[in-house]
Amino acid sequence: MQLRKELDLYASLVNCCNFPGLPTRHENVDIVVIRENTEGEYSGLEHEVVPGVVESLKVITKFCSERIAKYAFEYAYLNNRKKVTAVHKANIMKLADGLFLESCREVATKYPSIKYNEIIVDNCCMQLVSKPEQFDVMVTPNLYGNLVANTAAGIAGGTGVMPGGNVGAEYAVFEQGASAGNVGKEKIVDQKTANPVALLLSSAMMLRHLQFPSFADRLESAVKRVISEGQCRTKDLGGQSTTQEVVDAVIAKLD
Amino acid sequence: MARRSIPLLRQLWTLPSFNLTPTRSVTYMPRPGDGAPRAVTLIPGDGIGPLVTGAVEQVMEAMHAPLYFERYEVHGDMERVPEEVIQSIKKNKVCLKGGLATPMGGGVSSLNVQLRRELDLYASLVNCFNLPGLPTRHQDVDIVVIRENTEGEYSGLEHEVVPGVVESLKLITKFCSERIAKYAFEYAYLNNRKKVTAVHKANIMKLADGLFLESCREVSTKYPGIKYNEIIVDNCCMQLVSKPEQFDVMVTPNLYGNLIANTAAGIAGGTGVMPGGNVGADHAVFEQGASAGNVGNVNLVEQKKANPVALLLSSAMMLRHLQFPSFADRLETAVEQVISDGKYRTKDLGGTSTTQEVIDAVIAALD
Repeated sequence: MQLRKELDLYASLVNCCNFPGLPTRHENVDIVVIRENTEGEYSGLEHEVVPGVVESLKVITKFCSERIAKYAFEYAYLNNRKKVTAVHKANIMKLADGLFLESCREVATKYPSIKYNEIIVDNCCMQLVSKPEQFDVMVTPNLYGNLVANTAAGIAGGTGVMPGGNVGAEYAVFEQGASAGNVGKEKIVDQKTANPVALLLSSAMMLRHLQFPSFADRLESAVKRVISEGQCRTKDLGGQSTTQEVVDAVIAKLD
Repeated sequence: MARRSIPLLRQLWTLPSFNLTPTRSVTYMPRPGDGAPRAVTLIPGDGIGPLVTGAVEQVMEAMHAPLYFERYEVHGDMERVPEEVIQSIKKNKVCLKGGLATPMGGGVSSLNVQLRRELDLYASLVNCFNLPGLPTRHQDVDIVVIRENTEGEYSGLEHEVVPGVVESLKLITKFCSERIAKYAFEYAYLNNRKKVTAVHKANIMKLADGLFLESCREVSTKYPGIKYNEIIVDNCCMQLVSKPEQFDVMVTPNLYGNLIANTAAGIAGGTGVMPGGNVGADHAVFEQGASAGNVGNVNLVEQKKANPVALLLSSAMMLRHLQFPSFADRLETAVEQVISDGKYRTKDLGGTSTTQEVIDAVIAALD
């Protein structure tokens, strides 16, 4: 969190998609969750008013809402995505999420070819688990984005396989897509059965960011081939391999 | 008579355990006069509200249930809930309501939230479970989400500091956290549930959710027979969609509870079928389990295709609350049979029936 604030990495991006060969309960999932990273509920501004009563501040500014909306639409435009959905709870938090929505609407008018709609966050959670194919790019404030990204990662195969990263105007940090704070249990570290796929795919995103597209393509095809063959999978995908075995399989598949 | 049974009511707040063959042997002995009709406040609400509350009225009549409804018109664009409605609920202690639409933006506060605050209905309960005959992507789901209803992120305290900067206050108090934790453990205890999970984000909001967790931990020490664990909310969302069978009772603050309840409702069959309600120390309001503010779109209202199942199951909960267990059992069995038969289903469950056809099927299935 501190890293994101210091480097002003204001957009967090998680790409959740179904992998061929990895069975999940939901098909046709291809969602990109773009989440505002610096303000909202995670401002870290809390204080104890009197013993037993705590106030926590959720700050929403036009400046931050505008730039995350601009990033989301620009992302959709550059990656040939058809629809951007804003996730909010403006019926209850009228001013705060209302400001967020206003900014999204303003930016939407500048991209007339991209469809824009809004959805209340509780309805969104339900739609995610019943009809995830309706979502394309989702732009959200900080807290909702955290939950929506994890839910989407879960339905598409788990947080062990989803790539993601944080980007700002000047810097980019690539990491596991969702649950970056989840560093696994001791058992996984001891037995070395952590799933390396998420970070491998994130590093493919990094290669593209550094403008090495052919390396990125080679890495991604190798990883996808390993997953679809299904022989080397770590525990969270239903297999028994260790991290090293998966790594070796990917290396073997590189051409 | 009714006033004497209120303390008893709180002890006997039970929820159905679903089995298709009704084998409950009636071992309770009613007091003379228990069959006298009880008054229940009815608020049809907006959108599909009148449709589904109409469904409940029809079914109650068909069953000759010992209650009568006092109707009050409340609409989401009113500024406040009318005083007479509040008085009626305070007198009857039980209310059944359809959804109230909440206008977005502007300064009008949600009437759903207002009602809960005035009557201090501090616990919101949603029971999400798989219904036999209704195919879903997840099996073995049986989750009860108990959500703090009065504070947290929905305090409604927002202000614009300078143009373009808005602050929204999230309030967590020990008092409210303690009583919702107590309610959750008491519920688990009375309904033979094995595990209570607290959902939080205390790694980021250390003071606020930390206070909530502290209260939960304190209460859990008083119930050594019930397992207690904690889970961070983003991990929880992911576990809900991959392994929902690990969750039993979940206790959460306001915002997380809203999202978790809707997610759980979605994986178990949709918000059209999950019963739920809001309860406080003195009153209880029964309504559709999740998405109480979602009153459907104009299409649904015109074609009369809203799903009445959620409100029918909530009214079965209400019948148990009023201590009419055999009526509750009959209603639930009839509804379950209609769903498992699969012939009369509204659009959200994959069928093409109208509301009225489902109601008629339920009435026909009553024995």
